[in-house]
Amino acid sequence: MTPVIPVTEQLIEVEDLTVDFVSGGETVRAVDGLSFSLAAGRAIGLVGESGSGKSTVAGALLGLHRGTGARVGGAVRVGGTDVGTASDRELRALRGAVAAMVFQDPLSSLDPYYAVGDQIAEVYRVHTDATRRAARARAVEVLDRVGIPDAARRAHARPHEFSGGMRQRTLIAMALACEPRLLIADEPTTALDVTVQAQILDLLHDLRAETGMGLLLVTHDVGVAAESVDEVLVMRHGREVERGPVAEVLGAPKRTYTRTLLSSVPRVDTPVARAAAQPRPAAGEVLLEAVGLRREFRRGRRSVAAVDGVSLTVGAGETLGVVGESGSGKTTLGRMLVRLLDPTDGRLRYRGAEIAAASEKELRPHRRELQMIFQDPVASLNPRRSVGESVADPLRAAGAADEERIVARVRELLERVGLDPDRYDRYPHEFSGGQRQRVGIARALAAEPRLIVCDEPVSALDVTTQAQVVALLAELQRELGLALVFIAHDLAVVRQVSDRVAVMRDGRIVEQGTVEEVYGAPSDPYTRRLLAAVPVLDPVLAAARRSARKALPEPAGNVVAV
Amino acid sequence: MTRYLLKRLGGAVLVLLVLSVVIYGLFYLAPGDPARLACGERCSTQQVAQVREQLGLGDPVYTQYAHFLRGIVAGRDYSTGTALLHCDAPCLGFSYQTDQQVTSLILDRLPATLSLALGAMVIWLVIGVGTGLLSALRRGGITERALTVLTLAGTGTPVFILGLLLLMLVCAYLQWLPFPTYVPFTDDPEQWAWNMLLPWLTLGLFESAKYARLTRSSTLETLAEDHIRTFRAYGVGERAVVGRHALRGAVPPVIALSALDFGSVMGGAVLTESLFNIPGIGKSLIDGVREIDLPVVVGVVLVTGTAVVVANVVADLLYAAADRRVALL
Repeated sequence: MTPVIPVTEQLIEVEDLTVDFVSGGETVRAVDGLSFSLAAGRAIGLVGESGSGKSTVAGALLGLHRGTGARVGGAVRVGGTDVGTASDRELRALRGAVAAMVFQDPLSSLDPYYAVGDQIAEVYRVHTDATRRAARARAVEVLDRVGIPDAARRAHARPHEFSGGMRQRTLIAMALACEPRLLIADEPTTALDVTVQAQILDLLHDLRAETGMGLLLVTHDVGVAAESVDEVLVMRHGREVERGPVAEVLGAPKRTYTRTLLSSVPRVDTPVARAAAQPRPAAGEVLLEAVGLRREFRRGRRSVAAVDGVSLTVGAGETLGVVGESGSGKTTLGRMLVRLLDPTDGRLRYRGAEIAAASEKELRPHRRELQMIFQDPVASLNPRRSVGESVADPLRAAGAADEERIVARVRELLERVGLDPDRYDRYPHEFSGGQRQRVGIARALAAEPRLIVCDEPVSALDVTTQAQVVALLAELQRELGLALVFIAHDLAVVRQVSDRVAVMRDGRIVEQGTVEEVYGAPSDPYTRRLLAAVPVLDPVLAAARRSARKALPEPAGNVVAV
Repeated sequence: MTRYLLKRLGGAVLVLLVLSVVIYGLFYLAPGDPARLACGERCSTQQVAQVREQLGLGDPVYTQYAHFLRGIVAGRDYSTGTALLHCDAPCLGFSYQTDQQVTSLILDRLPATLSLALGAMVIWLVIGVGTGLLSALRRGGITERALTVLTLAGTGTPVFILGLLLLMLVCAYLQWLPFPTYVPFTDDPEQWAWNMLLPWLTLGLFESAKYARLTRSSTLETLAEDHIRTFRAYGVGERAVVGRHALRGAVPPVIALSALDFGSVMGGAVLTESLFNIPGIGKSLIDGVREIDLPVVVGVVLVTGTAVVVANVVADLLYAAADRRVALL
């Protein structure tokens, strides 16, 4: 009679897990024969692009597919509970108390009608027999632990009164409330700015060190995984591609897909290897020049300057990267550069003509040459018109009337951006995200522009798709001699595509220079902080940067905001 | 907040002015001679002319309208030929038919309408929200389908058909209740309630169909939201998820719509009041129109307008109180 003591207790055991979603008689296999395990206190990252089934796995660990019509096969054990066969009651006891989930979108994941403290207290009371008062105190305690300033007072706030970073902290606080042994984080930083993302990842790291919780991190961002986990499981089409210690998988990937995935990730820590590495025509002619550009928006009786005195130039055939966090005014600036938005003040010269205050009639000869590509390829295409018609719009607007020639030109453009010209009559919903962005590019090209402002053109795309679209833009630029203004929040992407970079914060440019200057030797402390927050792929380096970040002073005013 | 209220108040005054102008215009264009109607069948042409003079109907329509406006602000005097009557501000004039002051006529009728509106609201909230919630939770089942048919039938049946059916069934066929006659609450609360029961049911059932649909759709909408998933993933039981979180999301639209409906019923549930012979505001409007009693019609329309405008503001305020994300502009 020897008591059975497991050498290392397994927190998660998943064996041959399959999940099928049935919709309208059609069965889609989201997860296909996946097996893995996680020892107590360890961290694993599920990495994959959208549709790889990684979030479905996370849901299966808590039995969230029960009652949704999804068919779950295989065995899932979490903290000793067999999730597949557990009663509803056992499942409820597992959820939150043994394994707690941190969801992706922190705004929609909290009830808008109740104070954040009450929501945490409610969850706490489900799993303990604490009094209402004790539960509230516990809520304040965990809110304080995740770094909500003035937690006792802020516990009474409703989610909409918090910033994105604070909401994410609140969700983590809710997860901590019952001291679970496993934290399941589903894209916990995807909606956040890079500096806030770094803070949240650091927080997760510290909490794990403090409590010994296990972590299952679901992410599309390989860099985020490198920062946070011991082991990585790369998924594609619901199957495992590769699994192993993080340094091994990211450092010496065995599978082709993993290698493609890793090479698609834009980096700030490797030499620039962009498609346009060959010498470019020295930016000769200045195409567009902005001096002291300013734009105010009215908010009630006050007016807020979204862009406040920005001066920059864009030369023919060059790419100017504009990088900044949400709310820095980069989109407002981009729209002013092509006069989709009127500047409140300042000068804007396009090829010698002053266009900042030009009337629509005076602008007309320039309109064609100044084009824009938008962030969301879904929202910026009319869903009720075929893509061919959308691409033909600028041609018709320019006065083209010969139907045959318009169609021929559109087919040519579709082919040029890598789409099948026979899909002229198809509608946007029949295209993937990357393809839709290609349609947007074709539409911008139709007018034969000299300058295109690209507003976050790849931020909605998976990394492999992102790499393809970036390569396409570079190729078009070389061939057609386009000037690009590339607006993005992702420092690595901007570094990859730009000749010169402008860093924006609070409506101003804090630093401007060549890629080598800005990324190699940043002079502004904000730029340094941004760069320090970018996740890197090397886990050893990531750990070093984590401690370096702690040494960097937080600028005043930002602590409360996040 | 103060800014919001001032803005809405200004808007309300404008709406009421436009309303009164429209009513004056309509009456000026409409056929029929109010003086003859006021005087009676047997009046001679001379007497009719005298009455017309007394009522000020000989003046051009804009002069009549200006007098009317002045009466609201400062009060005005009326001559009946034999005596001089003073009408205090806010004066809506005298009824052509009964010589009663319109303001006091409306005040007399207010309790009956208020009784009807309050009781009906309780019924539509209880039945409407209840069935709506039930059909949201039993989605796809027999219960939901049955409830859907019932609510559709409710919306599709005009209020006078519904009321007649109830009258025939309860009073004539089953003889559970006598035919209702209005008894003021202050006279006998018990009789008041028994006699109001059928009007309440008629109006309440009719309105509840709308509320059932609204509650069902907003509950389903909330149930599909991400935060519901959060609480399920934290082991919160289904009853608390529905009761605390899903139902909470359905509350703001329901109270906002209730305030609006309450306002329009206060302005006169014309059909229900006529059908059950309730001496309310809606009934006086019908009578006024039939007798071309301009002061009464204008007065009632203005009161109705005020009720609707106030209800709109109250609906906004309640919505903002129920959903703190909403800012009043």
